[in-house]
Amino acid sequence: MNREPLQVRGRVLSVDRAGEYHHLTLVAPGVAERTRPGAFVALAVGGETSAMLLRRAFSIYRAKASGVYGDTVEVVFAVHGSGTAWLADRRAADEVDVVGPLGRPFTLPTEPVPCVLVGGGYGSAPLFALAERLRERGCPVHMVLGGATERRLFGVLEARRSAQTVAVTTEDGSAGTTGRVIDVLPEVLARTGAPVVYACGPMGMLRAVAGLAAEHGVWSQCAVEESMACGVGVCMTCVLPVRDDDGLVRMVRSCVEGPVFRGERVLWDAVGTVPAGTVGAPRVGPGR
Amino acid sequence: MTTVESAGGPTTGSDVDLGVTLAGVYLPTPVMTASGCAAAGRELSPFLDLSAIGAVVTKSVMLDARSGRPTPRMVETPSGMLNSIGLQGPGIDAFLARDLPWLVERGARAVVSIAGGSLGEYAELGRRLGASPGVAAVEVNISCPNVEDRGQVFACDPVQAARAVSAVRRGIPRDLPLLAKLSPDVTDIVTVAASVMEAGASGLTMINTTLGLAIDPDTLAPVLGGVTGGLSGPAIRPMAVRCVWQVHAAMPDVPVVGVGGVRTGRDALEFLLAGAHAVQIGTVLFNDPSAPHRVAEELRAELSQRGFRSPSEVVGLAHRPPAAAPS
Repeated sequence: MNREPLQVRGRVLSVDRAGEYHHLTLVAPGVAERTRPGAFVALAVGGETSAMLLRRAFSIYRAKASGVYGDTVEVVFAVHGSGTAWLADRRAADEVDVVGPLGRPFTLPTEPVPCVLVGGGYGSAPLFALAERLRERGCPVHMVLGGATERRLFGVLEARRSAQTVAVTTEDGSAGTTGRVIDVLPEVLARTGAPVVYACGPMGMLRAVAGLAAEHGVWSQCAVEESMACGVGVCMTCVLPVRDDDGLVRMVRSCVEGPVFRGERVLWDAVGTVPAGTVGAPRVGPGR
Repeated sequence: MTTVESAGGPTTGSDVDLGVTLAGVYLPTPVMTASGCAAAGRELSPFLDLSAIGAVVTKSVMLDARSGRPTPRMVETPSGMLNSIGLQGPGIDAFLARDLPWLVERGARAVVSIAGGSLGEYAELGRRLGASPGVAAVEVNISCPNVEDRGQVFACDPVQAARAVSAVRRGIPRDLPLLAKLSPDVTDIVTVAASVMEAGASGLTMINTTLGLAIDPDTLAPVLGGVTGGLSGPAIRPMAVRCVWQVHAAMPDVPVVGVGGVRTGRDALEFLLAGAHAVQIGTVLFNDPSAPHRVAEELRAELSQRGFRSPSEVVGLAHRPPAAAPS
């Protein structure tokens, strides 16, 4: 199947509230059938004369090919600034330019092994399609969802329908266990014996999950959140230090080489820096 | 001055031939990608027929692999962005082995942008590139600090800018066009333009980004990892049009490529009227990866509506005295 991204003029089907988040459904012909769990879309914001030129990237929550309303893709987001505020203000039939699906998706296990899926905030969005694919392969799915508050959890009810077990954490104790996902993850890993953990959420959470997974001898697949300008691999802004197959550290683009990385490959403590020894690390003052 | 035939009545779009010849290179449209905004072309191929656009100008390649700067590397600003990438790239050898052949095989016109940290590096890049088949033109990015001149940017000194251009010129075949990409961060861009033309440039690309800074009022610190960054996008279009205008007024026979915030065919037309023979699309590619095709078609319509049949008919037209303008 052709997996190349498309650029299509999407049409808004609905924008709904989901706790503190927004759930946007777009009719975007052709995108859904190319989508695999973990892929993302890059949306232009503000219309054709917008002063906001950079696309906003969102993990795909659901993608339905040939549904009742045609091909749809759904994303979940928080309003962080004027671009996401514009998206939250869209109404049915409004147009939004869509580029996608983009990025490398989650890698699936070849054996029917139990899997733990960890989502922080609306980072849980891409995990539901992943859970479906895992179940199709006979993998028992266990989910851990965390948020600062109950209203900053996403998809708890859906998780209860799609996973064998669900652990919920909130930092303020408004739902589930008081604390963070990392506080309950050791118990979940021990209980399920899962050899692989999938994670999507803030960088701090991913770093903690990847570290814990490594300690437990468990594979981790982390979908990172780096700010992007284009989403398609041309701007070189969304880079992070990753150890390659050859053992060398390179600054790699999270949009095309990611957003899903093996947890042990990312130099989490060095994100935001160019660690010494990175391929091509500067010896002289760089140009622009 | 460019001679201009007076325009007739509106033509149909199909009557407009967008082909142009720039410093001896035929381009099917006058719309190319801008360096640093298209990588080496491959990533845009799902959205664009690369063989049908004017040219692919590659991200500036240096002699050695470069990691670039720490993140954050960009911040959105009103109608633009600041970037501080730091010329991340694979180095010239990997580029020539992997990226250039890919572009050539697809029938794209490859304008290879090169950047050096010293005159020796520019010379070596010229030699390597000069020995490689398939290069349509070389664009010399001189907005780099010169390690041998206390980190002063080549483009900001007419003498050093000319030396960088001449170092590249010596290594490449005589008939290979060389475009010098100028920085707007100078007191008199015409002086720099004249200096690099004298040094062997075949044409000029104007403009590179202009230096800017963004501070986050929440963290109370600069946003970019590299502190300052290059400002690009429609925010700098009037500055770019002014630079093209000034250079065309002083040197009307010099081929100029206008770049800076081109978003629509109308913007492209503005650059042509100021004296550009072609345009490049940079930051707008991040917003619309198919923009080079769209802008070319919009330009076709703009020309057609005004009764022109070719982009070359309008080059520098805005310089004519008002009385000579078509009624």
